[in-house]
Order: sequence, then structure tokens, then C-alpha cells
Amino acid sequence: MGFFIETLIGGLMAGMLYSLVALGFVLIFKSSGVFNFAQGAMVLFAALAMARFSEWANAALGGDSLLLANVIAFFGAGLAMLFVAWAVERFVLRKLVNQEGATLLMATLGITYILEGVGQTLFGSEIYNIDVGMPKEPVMMFESMFEGGILINKEDFIAALIAAILVGLLTLFFQKTPVGRALRAVADDHQAAQSIGIPLNRIWVIVWLVAGIVALVAGIIWGSKLGVQFSLTTVALRALPVVILGGLTSVPGAIVGGLIIGVGEKLSEVYIGPMVGGGIEIWFAYVLALVFLLFRPQGLFGEKIINRV
Amino acid sequence: MKLRALALAAAISAVGLTSATVSTSAVAQAKEQFFPVLVYRTGAYAANGNPWANGYVDYLKLVNAKGGINGVKLSFEECETAYATDRGVECYERLKGKGATVFQPLSTGVTFALTEKAPVDKIPLITAGYGRSESQDGSVFTWNFPLLGTYWVGADVAIQYIAKQAGGLDKLKGKKIALVYHDSPFGKEPIPALQERAKMHGFELQLLPVAHPGVEQKATWLQIRQSKPDNVLLWGWGVMNSTALKEAQATGYPREKMTGIWWAGAEPDVKDVGAGAKGYNALALQHSAEPNAKVVKDMLDMVHAKGQGTGPKEEVGSVLYMRGMLSAMLSVEGVRKAQERYGKGKVMTGEQTRWGLENLNLDQKTLDGMGFAGVMRPVQTSCLDHMGASWVRIQTWDGAKWVPANDWYQADEKLLRGMVMNASRKYAEEKKITPRTPEQCKL
Repeated sequence: MGFFIETLIGGLMAGMLYSLVALGFVLIFKSSGVFNFAQGAMVLFAALAMARFSEWANAALGGDSLLLANVIAFFGAGLAMLFVAWAVERFVLRKLVNQEGATLLMATLGITYILEGVGQTLFGSEIYNIDVGMPKEPVMMFESMFEGGILINKEDFIAALIAAILVGLLTLFFQKTPVGRALRAVADDHQAAQSIGIPLNRIWVIVWLVAGIVALVAGIIWGSKLGVQFSLTTVALRALPVVILGGLTSVPGAIVGGLIIGVGEKLSEVYIGPMVGGGIEIWFAYVLALVFLLFRPQGLFGEKIINRV
Repeated sequence: MKLRALALAAAISAVGLTSATVSTSAVAQAKEQFFPVLVYRTGAYAANGNPWANGYVDYLKLVNAKGGINGVKLSFEECETAYATDRGVECYERLKGKGATVFQPLSTGVTFALTEKAPVDKIPLITAGYGRSESQDGSVFTWNFPLLGTYWVGADVAIQYIAKQAGGLDKLKGKKIALVYHDSPFGKEPIPALQERAKMHGFELQLLPVAHPGVEQKATWLQIRQSKPDNVLLWGWGVMNSTALKEAQATGYPREKMTGIWWAGAEPDVKDVGAGAKGYNALALQHSAEPNAKVVKDMLDMVHAKGQGTGPKEEVGSVLYMRGMLSAMLSVEGVRKAQERYGKGKVMTGEQTRWGLENLNLDQKTLDGMGFAGVMRPVQTSCLDHMGASWVRIQTWDGAKWVPANDWYQADEKLLRGMVMNASRKYAEEKKITPRTPEQCKL
């Protein structure tokens, strides 16, 4: 029983991190109708910027204050993501207003390759470290109740907490602020939003910036766990079944979807994996998402699309 | 309109210039020994692929700086595979027609794909420390050269090392050893050798595959926490290794009970884990990090000091840089040996190079003369043995650097030879290959 609870908790915490990446997809889709395939590349780009700026700032400060170097690096990386947002709007989206969803998706595929290439050219392709003081050693709990206790990874716990706070803030931003409402209006209909005076170009820069900041936070957390290297782009692939499951337009969907996928893949690897040779957790997440789609094609919380003809 | 015309003119000039460059290199090919270099400088495995590629290319430059192979200068061209089998095959197809001397794919998956192509094109494949283990048998795998060691060698030595820590091979009875492996041909390769040893000594082997690229291992390490194996073997590459070490730390598994294959024992695997990986052991394919080797000093003086180094000066002498250098050296020495038979100062074909590779005899004096003293032990191949050596050392991460131990291990040749012959004969039957006889080897 103790092992089951441990796996469950591990899955929930991993799921919270998937939610964070999934949120980037949801934000952009909700506000611009674009399925942003470049979200993983944005995570890599932001993490690379953070790691290298921190390294450079720390060296410039004589290695005395890692905290200050990290703060400088965070703002530096934030500026880099602002530049990315501006460039995406100026050179890609502005030319593609009112185009088909498939066209916009292909454009984000192009952005993926550009961000991956430019990121590694500017910042390097080695493994870089982000040291934000996350604890690495585990803690044992409930040792009197379960043999061997329940192992909790402090780093995962803190990461899940940060992800939860960010998700809460973004929900408030979307629901309660005028900019959030404008973003939702643009998502519903570009032309109608423009006709009532919403500045489309500025809105797109804002939403890509917000997605960039989410990518930066995800990049810091994942980079601190795994090291900053190219494989961070694959983290986005972990979030795909989450958005399929949760629905592309729902912030709560990203959270619940993340938790279901996180728990599902860990339990499947531990309990079903040994029966079929193991290594199943990645594809099992997609199978799980597809099973849900059979019953709810719009995802758990997605909006049902009704087209009148 | 004017801008468009300008862009068009620029594009046409660029195409013209490219064609000119291509034809220049085609002319150069006739006088130079051409080495195709399959690399992965991008993608999930770039952090490990880069130092290997830099070491490989730098060694070719060093040979040129020393006058080439008996006066024959070396040329090379890189092709990016991103560690993907399809792209590796594409690179092979693109470069084979340029007079390729020898291919080193640096990927077991690509090696599997090229094993059937190499005999048709008559180009040898060197797979130093990777590839198909049964390809040691040169009577069947006439074009494959798993020089220095195969994964069966690695698996065998890893068990010997664990047994030594436990107090002898007989002490393995009843123990549990977990293999955490990359779920790919590379990761699956050691399983038969480990199963053979498990049968012999009565230990339990737990198999735990990790999907590419290996960034998600939480479930794997929770299983390890539950099953409490006495030792863990890590058969990873790239980010999988550092992730495994971080998960071991996060689940409290002792790092000193972990032993990695030689592809899980380089600086990128442990650098960002730092003190968290302290005590972790890995096999060394003879060499470890060798910053004091003479060949490293030569490299710094004759290549890097002249601004011709491929990568940063600081990585020269690191584990994977050394592996790249050693791999290039084996290619070069194959050509040098071939020249002894087919004409010194001449450009060798793939077929002639194969003869050189299966008649390699790098004794200690030769190696020391080339600057590899203390880095590696002698290598001697034959027509029937394409591996040439099976020496392995153990190195331990002390939190800041790799520290090689003084003991040398050698794979149990009697045990492995039987496995190699069984597997290679099976392959020969499947592919309808008639194995070469010792008499045919003399031709």
C-alpha cells in the first residue's frame, strides 16, 4: 500500500509539472486559436537563456552572489522571451491573420526549428546547470504507518507548488482582468475583436509573452531537475496528451489532465510495465488520452464546437 | 523589385560558388585519404556527441600537421545524424561515393542498419566500444570492426567488478542486479551476456528499460526503491545518465552501488549532478580523462595553439574527446597498415583499408610513440578476431572529476567466444553467408 501511495504522489507531482507546460499550449490556443507546436522549443530557449545569463552574471559578479545572478538572469531571459513574442507577431502571425488553423500550426513548426537552432547557436549545446537552490535529497514520511515510509521528493514538491501558484495566477488573469477578457475575445473571432477596437497585434505579443514566461518558469524547474539541454524540447511532447485530455481551451483542463496523465503513466509503468517488458509510460499516456477522446472528443473541459451550416 | 533581383543574383552566385567548392573537393579527393565523419552536434545527444566529434576531427588535423599518413594528407566531411538511424543511413549514402575510407557511425542503431550495406559497398565499419557484439567474428562479419570492446565485454567486466566488490564470483549467488537500460538496440545489447552470467552465478537480473531520450525515470527508480537491488548497472547515453543519477539521489539509492557502461562514464553524464554523483563508478574503455597524455599535449601545441582546434581547448583530454581521438587513430592506423602492403604514400580504398584493420598490430611501443602511453593497451586484430582487445578499467566520480583505478579487467574470452560464435553462425545462416576460412583470410 505504501508503495502504491508513493507512486501515486510521484505521479501527481510529475503531473503538476506537465500541467505547467500544457498551460503554455492552452494560453496561446485560447487567445489566438493557434496550436503552438513551438512550446517545447520555447521552454528550451528560455531555459538556455536563463542558464547562460546566470552563469555570465555570476562570473561578472565574481561568483559572490548566485541569488543576484539568478534574479538578473530571470529578467534577462524574460526580455529574451519578450523579443521572441515580438518577433513571432511581427514576422509570422501578422502575415497570417485569418488563415486556416493548419497554416498557423505549420508556422509554429517553423518557429520550433528556428528557436531550437538559434537557441543552441547563441547559448551553446552543452548541458548547463540552473542552480536555484532546489533541495535534491528526499524526505521520508509516515515511517510508522508503512514499512520503509513514504518517500517524498522535496524538489518535485516545491516544483509542483510553484506550478500550482502559477496556474492560479493565470486563471485569475484570464477570468478577472480586462486584458484576459480581450485575449478570449480575440480567440473567439479575430475580425470581431478588431471591430470593437481590440488591438490584435498588441494582444498577440502579450499572449506570446505570457506563454514565454510560463515556458521560462517550466524551463527553470525542468532545467534544475534534468539540466538544461536539448531534451527539454521533448517535455512538450509529454504535455500533448495532457491538452488532448484536458481540452485545448481550458486552464482547469490542463491541470486535471496533467494530474491524470502523471498518475496514469507512473502507475502503468510500475504495475503494467513489468508484464509487457516495461518502458511503456510515454505511449501509455497517449493511449489514455485517446481512450478519453472516444467518449469526449473535445477533451474533459474543452468547449464543444458547433458549426451551423 | 530591385531587392528581388539582388537576392536572385546572390542566390545564383551562391549556387555557383558551392558547385565550385564541390568540384575543388572532388579534385582534392584524388590525392587525399577521405574520412567521412558521422556526427551528432544537434539533438538530444549533442552534449555527448560534440566532444567525440571534436576529438575525431582534431586527430585527423593532428595527423595532417605531422605530415599525413606517409605523406598522404587526410580530408574529411562531417554529416549530421542527430543520433537517428534514418539520418545515419542517409549520411552513409551521401558520403560513400566520395571515396570513403571507413565509417564510424557512433550509434548501434545505425551500425545495425549499415551492417548489410558495408559488404556491398566494400567499406569497413569501425564501431569502437559499441555495435553488434557478435561482429567480433570476422569470418562472418567481414566488414565490421568492434575494436577495443563490445557490449558483451562491458557486461562481463561489470559483473566481474561487482563480484570483486562482493568478495568473489561465488558471492553473487542470491543477489539481485538491476539493469537500467536505454530502450534501443544499444541498451538491449548486453542482456544476453548478463543473462549468461546470471545463469552461471545464480544472481537475479532485473530488467528496467527507459524510453528515449531518458528524461522520465521516476517510475523506474520507484521500482528500484521497492525491489532494493544489490547493484544497478546503468546502460545509458546522453541525458539518460544524468537523469538516472539524479533520480538515484532523489530516491536515496547509493551511487557507489551503481556501475555504468563506458558511454555512461563521461563528463556530460555527471557534470551537472556534481557531488550528487560522488562514488558512482563507470567502466572505462581503456582510457579515462587523460589531460596529461603526450598526444593531448601534441594536440594543444600543433592544432589548438594554431587556432585550428574544432571545439574549446578545455575539453581536450576529456573522456569523450579521448574516445573520438582514439577512434580516429584506429582508422588512421588501419590505413597506415594497409599502405605497408599496398604501397606507402598511396591513397587506400575501403577494401585495402579493411585488410589493414584486420592486420592491426599496435604494440605498446608503437602506442607510446604516438603519445598514447598510459592511455591504452596493445591492440592486435586478425581476420577472425575483429575486436583486437578487451581491456577495461573502472573509474569513479569523486564529485569533481573521474578518477581511474589502477586495476585492469579483461573479459572472459572463453565464455564470450562461445556466445559470439553461436550468434554469428546464426546470423550467417539467416543471411546465407559462408564464413571465411583461415586460408581465405590469407588472400
